[in-house]
Amino acid sequence: MNKESQMSNGKEHMIKAITADIRYDGRKKDELRPVSIEYGVSTTADGSAKITCGNTEIIVGVSLTLGTPYSDRPDEGTLMVSCELLPIAHPTIESGPPSINAIEISRVIDRGIRESGAMDVKGLCIEPGVKVWMVSVDVIPINHDGNLIDIGSLGAIAAITKTLMPKIEDGVANYKEKTKNALKLQHTPVPITVCKMGDQIFVDPTKEEEQNLDARLTIAVMEDDNICSLQKGGGAGFTSEELKIAFELAVAKSKEFRKYLA
Amino acid sequence: MAEKYTKRFDGRKMNETRPIVAKAGVIKNADGSAYFKIGDTIAYAAVYGPREVFPRFMQNPTKGILRVNYNMMAFSGPGERNRPGPNRRAKEISLVSEKALLPVLDLEKYPNTVIDVYIELPQTDAGSRCAGISAASIALADAGVEMKDMVPAVAVGMVGDTPVVDLSYHEEQPGDDMETVDIPIAMVPSTGEVTLLQMDGITNKDSILKVIELAKDACVVIAETQRAALREKYAGESK
Repeated sequence: MNKESQMSNGKEHMIKAITADIRYDGRKKDELRPVSIEYGVSTTADGSAKITCGNTEIIVGVSLTLGTPYSDRPDEGTLMVSCELLPIAHPTIESGPPSINAIEISRVIDRGIRESGAMDVKGLCIEPGVKVWMVSVDVIPINHDGNLIDIGSLGAIAAITKTLMPKIEDGVANYKEKTKNALKLQHTPVPITVCKMGDQIFVDPTKEEEQNLDARLTIAVMEDDNICSLQKGGGAGFTSEELKIAFELAVAKSKEFRKYLA
Repeated sequence: MAEKYTKRFDGRKMNETRPIVAKAGVIKNADGSAYFKIGDTIAYAAVYGPREVFPRFMQNPTKGILRVNYNMMAFSGPGERNRPGPNRRAKEISLVSEKALLPVLDLEKYPNTVIDVYIELPQTDAGSRCAGISAASIALADAGVEMKDMVPAVAVGMVGDTPVVDLSYHEEQPGDDMETVDIPIAMVPSTGEVTLLQMDGITNKDSILKVIELAKDACVVIAETQRAALREKYAGESK
């Protein structure tokens, strides 16, 4: 029943397997799990998608709300990504207020989309200083088998591009009537989290692998190979040589993930 | 006087449920799980356990604990996004859902443990607590928890003076000159025992007893879809 305790002793064994380039699920170090994306999984959301990557399954819902813009950016709408780690997704997740893990995932997904300038925030403005669309993206894993940042980001981008703006009637949103205007993304930032365990470097970790990581680096790559956000995690560091490998891996692998976007 | 409700908004018969899709074993990490869609309401349920209880002082050496948690995803309601996380409504629904499921479980078989049931709704259109209970029941069976029977659930009620089964969101708010009575019910088909019973609206006792009978027929139909979902998952394995 308790899978966690069996794993903690197995790190050395896991590193041996990774070194031999046969990970526990049979993948090579640079091999991503196959992805599938299903759209329209929640008709109450303004846009939605369910993304499956290996055994990780995430539901993303996008909601549009009318609100007042920030005073320093009166002609821009807003974007907020929230990841909720619910106990439905894994036996070790507990109920309660957002954990630090969930907050980090939310912020890293948010940063990739925000810093790439993907969202046309000026296009969300309805009346400068008065009314803008606020875009909320809820990223909800229902089965957690690792790599939530990368898979959640891909799911978020997929759902955003299928989001239709509701009609505005007398200054109020009519959610029953959608316009044909879809949210447009000007870029497709795709993060790749490069993982380090012992002296091994690999991508797309399972939950079991994540539990034994020494360090990770999330690199969000744009379609022109530019990089738009970084987040280093884990207790160990990366050498310059390792960073070089990490960036090369991220650029190559981001192209594979981006292909799944319709 | 209320307008007569003679034809349902979606064309169903008065005693007909919305279309149902039920699947068992949809969440791989869980010990048991289910997907239950009725009309435009979708519920996922996952069961973790029987497992060790934390905090440990809650352990009961004579019987196990059932914990049910009902949650609507932020984008699952009509209209604006709702703030995620538990609110008073969700907590109350978690409580009554737990009590609805308890009568079919023999928790004395699982001393010192907890059975956690998590119900998540990505999309709702009325009847979400009933969909949650129906999903949870399949998930408990999928987890191999001993059960005396399934627990199907459905909302029945009155639209105007007309008794109806499985109210849609539109029927819950039909318009100014029509009153609605909404009665979510769960029951144990083999005994006819009612294990969830709530009501919003005003009506007389005879009408309530009458629609409860309608609910029983609908629950028998729902229980069949629940068992079919389990058969579909396990039929292949016995061969």
